[in-house]
Amino acid sequence: MNKIFEVPLYPYARSEDQDAAAPVRRKVVIIGAGPVGLAAAIDLAQQGIEAVILDDNDKVSFGSRAICFAKRPLEILDRLGCGQPMVDKGVQWNLGKVFFGDRKVYDFNLLPEEGHKRPAFINLQQYYFEEYLVQRVRDLQAEGAPIEIRGKSKVEAIGTHPDHVALEVETPEGSYTLEADWLIAADGAGSPTRRMLGLDFVGRVFEDNFLIADVVMDAEFPTERWFWFDPPFNKGQSALLHKQPDGVWRIDLQLGWDIDKEEEKKPENVIPRLKAMLGDEVQFELEWVSIYTFQCRRMEKFRHGRVLFAGDSAHQVSPFGARGANSGVQDTDNLCWKLKLVIDGVADEDLLDSYDYERVVGADENILNSSRSTDFITPKSDISRIFRDAVLDLSEHHAFARPLVNSGRLSLPCTYDYSPLNSTDTLPEAPARARPGSPCPDADLGTGSGYLLDQLGDRFTILALNCVAAPLSEAGLDLDVISIAAPPGSDLAARYLGLAESAVYLIRPDQHVAARWDGYSETALRAALRRAIGKEQ
Amino acid sequence: MPLNLSANLGNADNFYADLLAAHDGLSKAQSDALNARLILILANHIGDNDTLREALQAAATTGAIDAG
Repeated sequence: MNKIFEVPLYPYARSEDQDAAAPVRRKVVIIGAGPVGLAAAIDLAQQGIEAVILDDNDKVSFGSRAICFAKRPLEILDRLGCGQPMVDKGVQWNLGKVFFGDRKVYDFNLLPEEGHKRPAFINLQQYYFEEYLVQRVRDLQAEGAPIEIRGKSKVEAIGTHPDHVALEVETPEGSYTLEADWLIAADGAGSPTRRMLGLDFVGRVFEDNFLIADVVMDAEFPTERWFWFDPPFNKGQSALLHKQPDGVWRIDLQLGWDIDKEEEKKPENVIPRLKAMLGDEVQFELEWVSIYTFQCRRMEKFRHGRVLFAGDSAHQVSPFGARGANSGVQDTDNLCWKLKLVIDGVADEDLLDSYDYERVVGADENILNSSRSTDFITPKSDISRIFRDAVLDLSEHHAFARPLVNSGRLSLPCTYDYSPLNSTDTLPEAPARARPGSPCPDADLGTGSGYLLDQLGDRFTILALNCVAAPLSEAGLDLDVISIAAPPGSDLAARYLGLAESAVYLIRPDQHVAARWDGYSETALRAALRRAIGKEQ
Repeated sequence: MPLNLSANLGNADNFYADLLAAHDGLSKAQSDALNARLILILANHIGDNDTLREALQAAATTGAIDAG
């Protein structure tokens, strides 16, 4: 049986660039065909910007790896034209159970808010996620979009110049030089690009090992997230059971620090552990086993001249709370429209510094959240374990203690509160969740009109609620108006108006709010737009 | 609400006796666990993060720890 991750999806093929007399210059070259690199290429190409992905491999990721995709990345994928296959294939879940020792202490329901197109989370193996992105690349190619994936193309050397980047690319047929106006390094936590450029990557190493296993079984476990603290089958450690599509279950077992990784990975050692967890009677087959340690760290800056780091190459978090691939896709969401405006000559290069500013805020928020989860799951001192166990004991009987239980927090998009691109909030009586810097909350527009986010994105948009606004052109950009009635009691009124009777929002191409007012002012909109593209301080 | 560090217990001697009685016959580990649960229960009752931060500060800056 050929699993999807065993099939070359972008096999090596000779590029015309290899036969050119002089090095060919491409607009944007992306290193890494993982979730982040693929999302970046699709985002650029569907807006007409040439994107070439180089990857040293030719297949999607091996094993499930990232498995939880949160609502915001799914909304971004909708904008990229490939959200639906992910949601169709993914497993949706809202229920979770928490176990401590040999007993269940409580269960919970995520109770997602109504009126959103996408669920809070889906579980989907990273190889499917990548496969659907590659399919989207193929569809764009069929439409004539300027996008390409070059498999078995390993970047061996990088030269940075004021106006371009030069790359030495190694292929099965020898190496060639490729030039790029801009380079996106999406080459993962061990980023060779970062190493070749001699850049920092500082942070905290957590001294622990986790065994992760993908197990295929026909078991009657419900579609829930089960988390164990100190279970009898893994004394003193933790364990996680999570369902993926195709009857594949993801099991994470904490192993502790002082172990022999190669020994622990052997099936004869893994299988007894799983039998102790699942019960002797459950039949299962091991699909993939891996052992990981993790770190929380980030680069000091994500932009280095014409080289932009995105995803794990720029920041690494512990896996608790699904913040790796999810935040990487949000990096590209933030970066690509800015890069397009710079390439199109609409904005100055300095706009890209706001990518660094905004996504560093996002990375720090993720690192903080995942470090806190890690400290709860793997207590580092006696007193830390005493408090952790006290919280779990109390959570069995008292609701107040349950919010203290931290087995990973829901990954939510960050609000760029102090971004230089934001205009002052002139509508504080409207909900804080839609203040400048926020990702637009989705809203059901009612009676078959679909969802708000499907109407936003890829361009600056004026959203007028309960008032009239006029389209305008400024700084080389044409802004459309989306005018919608937001009656009391509607999602739109609850999420965008609050106590205000009307509102005008300026929405960025990445569906974040740039500015908001109680009505239409041409002067204010022009100034806010210039500010949002870095033209006004 | 600012942290109240003046005398506030209805009956100080009774509370102190109750506190010791709760630990009667417990091992060190059981006592540590009880104390931790008690801190969490009281912290939840107070609720306000600023007040709790003041309390942590007051606890951290008194006693032998302060010298080290």
